[in-house]
Amino acid sequence: MATEVSGENYDGLLKEMETLKGRLDEERLKLNDVALSTVSQRLEGMAQLSIKPRRVLKGHQAKVLCADWSSDKRHIVSSSQDGKIIVWDAFTTNKEHAVTMPTTWVMACAFAPSGNLVACGGLDNKVTVYPLSMEDDPINKRKTVGTHTSYMSCCLFPNSDQQILTGSGDSTCALWDVESGQLLQSFHGHSADVMSIDLAPSETGNTFVSGGCDRTALIWDMRTGQKVQAFEGHDADINSVKFYPSGEAIATGSDDATCRLFDLRADREVAVYTKESIIFGVNAVDFSVSGRILFAGYNDYTVNVWDTLKCSRITMLYGHENRVSCLKVSPDGTAICTGSWDFTLRVWA
Amino acid sequence: MVSMSGDRQRSASTSVVQEVSANKDSPSASTSTVAGTSNCNKDKKMSGTSSGPTTGHVLPNSLATVCGSNGMAPALSAVNSLTRRATSNVANPSEQGQLHNEESPNHIVYRKMEHIIERMQDDNAGVSVKNVKTFMNKIPSVFTGTDLTNWMLKNLDVTDQAEALHLAHLMSAHGYFFPVEDHILTVKNDGTLYRFQTPYFWPSNCWEPENTDYAVYLCKRTMQNKARLELADYEAENLARLQKMFSRKWEFIFMQAEAQSRVDKKRDKLERKVLDSQERAFWDVHRPVPGCVNTTEMDIKKACRMHRPIKSARHLSVAVAGGRISPSVSEVDIQCPAATIQKEIEFLRKKLARTNIKVSKVAESYISFYEQYVEYDPFVTCTEPLNPWVSDTLDFWDQDKSGKEIQLKRVRRWAFSLQELLKDPVGKEHFTKFLEKEFSSENLKFWEAAQDLKALPSSQVGARAMEIWNEFLGPEAKCPVNVDSKSHEATRLAMDKPDRWTFDRAAAHVYHLMRSDSYSRYLRSEMYKDFLSGSKKKVVSHFSFIPK
Repeated sequence: MATEVSGENYDGLLKEMETLKGRLDEERLKLNDVALSTVSQRLEGMAQLSIKPRRVLKGHQAKVLCADWSSDKRHIVSSSQDGKIIVWDAFTTNKEHAVTMPTTWVMACAFAPSGNLVACGGLDNKVTVYPLSMEDDPINKRKTVGTHTSYMSCCLFPNSDQQILTGSGDSTCALWDVESGQLLQSFHGHSADVMSIDLAPSETGNTFVSGGCDRTALIWDMRTGQKVQAFEGHDADINSVKFYPSGEAIATGSDDATCRLFDLRADREVAVYTKESIIFGVNAVDFSVSGRILFAGYNDYTVNVWDTLKCSRITMLYGHENRVSCLKVSPDGTAICTGSWDFTLRVWA
Repeated sequence: MVSMSGDRQRSASTSVVQEVSANKDSPSASTSTVAGTSNCNKDKKMSGTSSGPTTGHVLPNSLATVCGSNGMAPALSAVNSLTRRATSNVANPSEQGQLHNEESPNHIVYRKMEHIIERMQDDNAGVSVKNVKTFMNKIPSVFTGTDLTNWMLKNLDVTDQAEALHLAHLMSAHGYFFPVEDHILTVKNDGTLYRFQTPYFWPSNCWEPENTDYAVYLCKRTMQNKARLELADYEAENLARLQKMFSRKWEFIFMQAEAQSRVDKKRDKLERKVLDSQERAFWDVHRPVPGCVNTTEMDIKKACRMHRPIKSARHLSVAVAGGRISPSVSEVDIQCPAATIQKEIEFLRKKLARTNIKVSKVAESYISFYEQYVEYDPFVTCTEPLNPWVSDTLDFWDQDKSGKEIQLKRVRRWAFSLQELLKDPVGKEHFTKFLEKEFSSENLKFWEAAQDLKALPSSQVGARAMEIWNEFLGPEAKCPVNVDSKSHEATRLAMDKPDRWTFDRAAAHVYHLMRSDSYSRYLRSEMYKDFLSGSKKKVVSHFSFIPK
């Protein structure tokens, strides 16, 4: 690697970087030949959706911080500030497992693809897995897989029970081997806390996106640990990133009270979802199966439902009595689940 | 690049935990903000205190006179202790480089709310503030809920009254205006009277009042023999609790309360009414009525971030016992900024070299994706059978499980892409049969093996990679796959140290072959067409339309 660089050289590099950035901006402007909302004018508007709360999951004694669907489309794992993880049969609203973590503030939890394992972590900086079985108390079988140097803000299983991908306040993401706890790959590139990650829905599942407090969303190649693309534009922390169902774009939600759509092929922002009257930050975003609807959970206790293509709001979902901290569309797209600081989770359909 | 010294970071996060648990223990404190979020810009707080409430802010019409030069004297004395605390904290500048409080997510919201409030308080275009006379009583500087919601509907881009009321409720809960006669900070669309909060008490001034301040305030209220100042039940309970907690300091608290109460008494009656209500609303924000949301709380992740020194160029050197550590920032980035820039330049170059698609093309692709998938989107198209969450029946999920009747809709989806076909277990099975007939099933088997390899625990990867090599690519492979020589060579070299990605390149090649060759032939084959018409018949025979 480069060792000593003279001041002149350094300035030269900086200058070169600026020139490149300028050229990039020019190039991107050329590609922006028409607005997405203009092209989508030919589509019919969305009919009024009749989305209602269908289930309320009560049982947490503190703020719900994260939730994830099981691949069976009806179970949900949720974590809360009091250190509890609850596995729900959301359809019957029954609690099937409750685990008390040795730490409070469990910021992230995830269901493994098999449905037999959950991962969670938070202020303890660790990602811990718990096998779910009816006979044993999961706490006895818990296993710490990895440790970050700051809080663990998000985690997911990338198509396998054997690996966990995590994002952390230490501004990195990491891929861990569950069995050995080995760090398979780490991902450096963010300059501030990573808040959210999402796996690309491609057939190989080799890429993922991360977003964080540096207001940037990065696309990563899991094999090399290198960032492949970077998207900027938000004016505040990005709290949530999610792949468009075709895998060719990502949506982001931010503290600047906007959601945005960035296209991987155009390598630029293609839509902003915002309104003057929306002033609170976005904590979570997710798409419906067709990608036409973007659901977004806000700090103003509501869920705004956006028409992704027409870039307009379809409706608002009222119900939670405090910030909506997480939101996920179920694996078959039949429902969304929201978790809130009001201690409850809701399933909407 | 951001990094932090690991030990400091750890101590920061543990201190948050401790403070939170301490909060649990003392019930009166549990309503306070998240412990460990005292991230004020101390300088600002001090100057804010000394320069008084009127600096640089627009005051509500008639209130401006009320909150004149001597108006805030009691409030100033009320925050004496705050000032002291701030001073003591400033003495600890070690956390320099912390993020400024103004950048916190809560402050972004405060700024936006204050922008709206400014418009609401505009002399001409704002909400009209009046003095209301009732029987034997005069209520100064108020407006009705109806006036407020109407103003919002006219001046903000809210869609309907529900949204206007919701936003009004939130602004009230943040303490920007408040009901004159209620502790519960919300807004109703009726004749209920509301008053603007003075900018001095806005949450953006970084108030984090302590329990001693609260005790002084409650204590003072008990001294003023006025019906409107009588303590609510929960306040009386809080006071009792605080008295217990601060038993040793109580004399001091009592004296402070007495002093404030004396100053209060000297003031004009109407002025007092307004100030009392504003002070009450301030405490309703910071010590809300049980059951109400404390809006000053911060997201714990953001609190951690605010608390951490940024850009401390030292990489973690201490190990944490048990489990492994993901290093935060690579050494190179810190030691050699030029190398980082070099990397960035490299990245920008690559970015420039990419061929990108125009937005018009991209937009078209979204629309065709939507048109293709719209019938599979339960939020847009009514499902058949009905959505289980709506109908409370499991039919929709059970039909997927049984696999006896395959909906036409589902089979049609296989033609969207090879990925869709392989995602459906029935589709994959059918495609495998087709490939077997064509004697080319090894391609799919190899591709699947390469995918499965990635899902294995590390300990098994090496052995399994060997097996895959021997089965599909080696010189004596049982079912050899056709891979271009370059990929084959690359894979052979990678086999020296096999990992989960060893076959990725070859698998991508095979996938491409399958997609362009076998898959398109499959879609044209009688086999697929038969299956398609077969399921069509089945669906037709079972078809029954249930209206939504």
